Amino acid sequence: MSDPVTALKGAKGTAGFATVTEIGPVGMITLRGDFANKAVVKAAVAASGMTFPEQRRCATQGDQGMAWMSPDEVLIMCPYAEVHDRLENLQTALAKHHALAVNVSDARAVFRVRSPKVREVVAKLAPVDMDEAAFTIGMFRRTRFAQVPAAFWMPEADVIQVVCFRSVAQYMFDILNNAAKTGSEVGHF
Amino acid sequence: MLTIHCPNCGVTAEETEFHAHGEAHLKRFGPGSSEDDFESYLFMRKNPKGVHFERWHHRYGCGKWFHVARCTMTLEVFGSYTGQTSVPPQQIIDTIQDRRPDWVPAQDQA
Repeated sequence: MSDPVTALKGAKGTAGFATVTEIGPVGMITLRGDFANKAVVKAAVAASGMTFPEQRRCATQGDQGMAWMSPDEVLIMCPYAEVHDRLENLQTALAKHHALAVNVSDARAVFRVRSPKVREVVAKLAPVDMDEAAFTIGMFRRTRFAQVPAAFWMPEADVIQVVCFRSVAQYMFDILNNAAKTGSEVGHF
Repeated sequence: MLTIHCPNCGVTAEETEFHAHGEAHLKRFGPGSSEDDFESYLFMRKNPKGVHFERWHHRYGCGKWFHVARCTMTLEVFGSYTGQTSVPPQQIIDTIQDRRPDWVPAQDQA
């Protein structure tokens, strides 16, 4: 099999007040289905190794996680090498149910932004209230970053992780670095 | 700028995360209907100054549709509610009547 290559080959930007790193490849499975159906939830939990997330939240642990995307969609994250096995098991478990599970690992780019002022980087780009009381660790938010759709969450207090489409990876990398330019700190948070 | 609440995922955000998609609660006239009905279903839209019901799409968020009641003159947003309905729920009507006492819902107009 050919080697997986991320969109920006692990580009890293350290010039600003935040470090922007393209991470990955990350294994990602999109699961759509009716989560009122216990069998679908059970299959998602088994495939992700995580508890089922509440509305607008995500649960992550090491390399694996599960995020709430919409009332009928979750995103399952896992190590890239395991994604085929996990997807196969998931599809076997869902064979008799109305649900859709797709491997979207190579369709996405993932960035990690690290800085004590990381909330400022997001607040400059997305229409999201980044106050510490409003956006807490464990929340997951789908929104836009400048002109492109993206989703992000905070695994730790000074880290955000952003998922976007692979085709806009360079744009995302550029706007994140631009928002983190040294001297552009607003100091609001 | 409008602040919109999405009843599907519970996010409240400003309007650029959403997309407005025109008048809500249209009655469909399909095959077998008269030409006048079909034309009005396709092309004729209300353009009120005041209370208006619209379909909105949470484009950058959960990707689901819902309804919003707002005022086209003051840009006040009265509330949002499920997309799975053909008339505004009583709670929304009460909110609007609280703010606009002379307003009468379309379904009650003679």
